[in-house]
Amino acid sequence: MDKLIEFLKRPATLVGLGLIAVMALLPVLNLTIPGVLPGPTWSPGSLQLLALAMLIGSMALSYHLLLGVAGLLSFGHALYLAMGSYGLGILLRETNLTLLPAMVIVFGVALLAAFLLGYVSLQVTGIAFAMVTLAFAQAGSVLIRRNSQFTNGEEGLPLNIANVPDFLVGVFNTRNLYWVTLLVMVLCFLAAAWVERSRAGHVVAAIRENELRVRVLGIKPLMPKLITVTVAGVMAAVVGMIYLVLQSGTSPENISADLTLTILVIVVLGGVGSRWGAMIGGMVYVLLEQRLTAFARSEQIEELPEILRVPLSEPLFILGTLFILVVLFLPGGFAGLGRRISSGRRAKLKELS
Amino acid sequence: METLILLLVTGLGLGALYFLIASGLSLIYGLMGVLNFAHGSFLTFGGFAGMEVARRIGAETWPQFILALIVGALAGAVFASLTELLLIRPLYLRHIEQALITVGLSLASVALMEGIWGADPIYVSGPPILNEVTEIAGARIPNDRFLLILGAVLILAGIMLFLRFTRFGLVIRAGVENRSMVTALGIDVRTAFTLVFAIGGAAAGIGGVLASQYFGYVSPHIGGSLLIFAFIVTIIGGLGSLAGAAIAAVIVGVLQQLANFYLGGTGDLIVVILLAAVLLLRPSGIMGKRAH
Repeated sequence: MDKLIEFLKRPATLVGLGLIAVMALLPVLNLTIPGVLPGPTWSPGSLQLLALAMLIGSMALSYHLLLGVAGLLSFGHALYLAMGSYGLGILLRETNLTLLPAMVIVFGVALLAAFLLGYVSLQVTGIAFAMVTLAFAQAGSVLIRRNSQFTNGEEGLPLNIANVPDFLVGVFNTRNLYWVTLLVMVLCFLAAAWVERSRAGHVVAAIRENELRVRVLGIKPLMPKLITVTVAGVMAAVVGMIYLVLQSGTSPENISADLTLTILVIVVLGGVGSRWGAMIGGMVYVLLEQRLTAFARSEQIEELPEILRVPLSEPLFILGTLFILVVLFLPGGFAGLGRRISSGRRAKLKELS
Repeated sequence: METLILLLVTGLGLGALYFLIASGLSLIYGLMGVLNFAHGSFLTFGGFAGMEVARRIGAETWPQFILALIVGALAGAVFASLTELLLIRPLYLRHIEQALITVGLSLASVALMEGIWGADPIYVSGPPILNEVTEIAGARIPNDRFLLILGAVLILAGIMLFLRFTRFGLVIRAGVENRSMVTALGIDVRTAFTLVFAIGGAAAGIGGVLASQYFGYVSPHIGGSLLIFAFIVTIIGGLGSLAGAAIAAVIVGVLQQLANFYLGGTGDLIVVILLAAVLLLRPSGIMGKRAH
């Protein structure tokens, strides 16, 4: 109990709770943020965009467990998102299960799959691990594209709403989905925090820093790593399931290496090792992507000479270049930058006083 | 029988393409520990450079086509050397950051090439003889497959000879074996790093020109799709081993073709299963020296 009160009194917790409250109230408020949201905050369009932003934020949180906590560079994380979205989509289409039981089944399958694939890919470390995860995601992508009788191939799998509860269906109920997404993001954040503070999390962090030393201490690295990889995979699968319901369907792009790379870019830009950086980075990315695409098509760009216009009209070029610059010059990402600024200010204050 | 021969030769041709990327990947990884995600972009850039040559002076005769190949190789080599000098060098020994920066480069360069040449495939033609077929034991095999195989064999032989008989080759081989010892002996390995990137880039650039003959077109995404299989080839062959990459490229290419035909289009899946099996049974790959 004391621990709980102490936890609740911490500034980060207070800020977090405040943010959750504000986010939860958005659907009943009438705020307009021009240039960021397409309409007032209660409108379905804005809520849809915000919900998508929160999903990508949750996805970034799950990737944070891999890269930030365990130091594992995975290039196949999108596989689990696709497993969630396609698994749930296929179950809802082919069987008479209602949403909740279907979700439980997909959760179990994703858990098992993440465990088994994690076991195989963790036989190697470092860069080889990255390539192996990439290969697994590639295999998943092939499976999805080839078995079009189940997955509808390139066209993407639409959501069968027959067995989805009414309060989650339709434009007017976007706010309910928004709240569900908010809940999922909070749960993902708590799960990430829990893993980080668990024994396995500590061991994994130690392995990240110096695997040989952990081995010398007599701890086998495989199990803690496997736990982290499995939790991250399951989180991504949950995100995938909500994604299916929110977007009323899924498509093979959600398993492409590009999605994993996007998440990787988000986590690195946000600051490797920072939970907040990953989550907020994911949300900002989605909102920014909308802006960047609009910016790329804007008139100011059209009028530029060709040598500037061509690169600036490609959102991915801007993003890739930004990413390179951050890796070269801002090793802690934007979270690290914030920390450096605030600690610099504190140091200055100390000097003054 | 005819089908089998056709599949085998086509598989070898595909394997040749994989090898042209995997050779550079493997050397770069072996010497510097860098996973180069931008390697596909080197190939794509080489392909576009070759296409530009073909558009300006044509590529119907062999001298013209060979010029396109040389320009493609140069384009790949220059792109790769600049990558090493400007992006990889500031981050020496920080392998994850180096891999990340090549990810950024591949995103940016593919987008830039899309901006310049458009996202749609551009169709290219080569010497007319490449569009004809040769009959071997009844199988009618398109000639471009032979060109791919010939190109890969020449490059394999070229790199092997270079590594075996030149001083730089000696430094590179020694560096793959034990980099800190080479540095301790007072040899500047940084030149070797740039050189390895240039060689890998040149091989990928040639691969780009040859790939555009094989597929019949160039597009900004041609490199990325080949890169994934080149990664698999590199791991199966053993990271850092050129001969391993060559053997694995042949195995993967042929297996993929055979499975696609006889097992109902499961080629990609079989390759991934093969990868999983290699990892579980022999994590260092066919010719790898140690587990990474």
